[in-house]
Amino acid sequence: MSWVSKTLSSTLGRKLLMALTGLFLIIFLIGHVSGNTLLFKNDGGEAFNIYAKFMTTNPAVKILSYLTYISVLAHVVYSIILTRHNKSARPVAYANSKASTNSAWTSRNMGVLGTIILIFLVIHLQGFWYKMHWGDIPMVTYAGEQYKDLYSIVFFAFQSELLVGLYVLSMVFLGLHLSHGFESAFQTLGLNHVKYSPAIKKLGLAFSIIVPALFASMPLYIYFMN
Amino acid sequence: MNLTLNIWRQKNNADKGGFREYKVSDVSKDMSFLEMLDVLNEQLAGKGEDPVHFDHDCREGICGMCSLYINGKPHGPLQTTTCQLHMRSFNDGETITIEPWRAKAFPVVKDLVVDRSAFDRIIQAGGYVSVNTGGVPDANEIPIPKKIADEAFDAATCIGCGACVAACKNASAMLFTSAKVSQLALLPQGQVERKERAEKMIAQMDAEGFGACTNTGACEAECPKGISITNIARMNREYFSAVVSSENV
Repeated sequence: MSWVSKTLSSTLGRKLLMALTGLFLIIFLIGHVSGNTLLFKNDGGEAFNIYAKFMTTNPAVKILSYLTYISVLAHVVYSIILTRHNKSARPVAYANSKASTNSAWTSRNMGVLGTIILIFLVIHLQGFWYKMHWGDIPMVTYAGEQYKDLYSIVFFAFQSELLVGLYVLSMVFLGLHLSHGFESAFQTLGLNHVKYSPAIKKLGLAFSIIVPALFASMPLYIYFMN
Repeated sequence: MNLTLNIWRQKNNADKGGFREYKVSDVSKDMSFLEMLDVLNEQLAGKGEDPVHFDHDCREGICGMCSLYINGKPHGPLQTTTCQLHMRSFNDGETITIEPWRAKAFPVVKDLVVDRSAFDRIIQAGGYVSVNTGGVPDANEIPIPKKIADEAFDAATCIGCGACVAACKNASAMLFTSAKVSQLALLPQGQVERKERAEKMIAQMDAEGFGACTNTGACEAECPKGISITNIARMNREYFSAVVSSENV
């Protein structure tokens, strides 16, 4: 085995991959939430549709989106590998365990939270991403150019209370996942320092509240706007 | 005090094992937890029953030999070793559940005794300085800043009891290994084998079947010596920089 594959199959190597893909997905979330704020613009979806076309056709964005798919896949695959390994490290469970006295619930349930987020992701991608790429989408024309009207799909989807509820609830789980994942990624990378760690902790907490709240506000805005 | 003890009994590693209930009466609040178990064992021996086996040695909180997962926590309700835990931490009439450390890498030998030689093998893999360091050097002969010396000493206070593994939901030995890696990585004497040490100790840690770290912080919260998880971050740095820069292909 080469030193690279040996390192990446060690517990620390696998954790390194979890941290790096996790941090990349955090950066992705910043881009995703920033772009989607165009949904708040009161222009019948013009800015959003132009942005959606750019995001699906620009070659640089294409590279980034492939990196995102790979990150999601690697994050899921390695979490399964690590979870299986971790479970096997304690074949007999404690009859009485007071884990809640020494650690946060979120930190002990990242796998559960991640699974919920993955289920949400499948529903989310099927609803918008798949439709945008391969689905039947109405067209609109702005300044003589044709655009796919993704806005109308989003607008229509968020008339359903069930879907709005699902999105808002999923964002709560995303926030809980991030509240541990953000600072945990830095710790795994070995970035623990008296000067920076308190700031990273605060930034992580702020991020895990602000970003999911912004995402959740989008379906709520569209639902109540109508 | 009168207590009900719910103790894990297991004849040997092959035995399935199970809990058995015992009553102990007239327990003094000033007894240590192990003394209370001594009283129970005296009762059992008097009745011709097999006493409850548990690990212990110095009973001063310095050797790391005692273990026991008491009422859902390693070393019981206080952040100390089991031998330094006293019955005043419990209430009269209480039921106390006592289990062995649970980890694949710590197989049960008998009852509450587990085999912690996996830790010894991690140390043997690289937790040493192989150069001859000679006699006791004069003070300040080797220039080490006070802060660094203190940090190394803090890491070195790890007694290898295994409470970190017992507390961790993944039965991970990262706190133990990181304390041992840190203690030597911080000092000049540890520099010669620094990269090799990180690589070998972590490879051994994995080979023993310990889990990975989820950064829950449970180990730090339960460690009787207060070893900090900043050591785990340091170990990760040591390991990642060792694998990319060492000549071990």
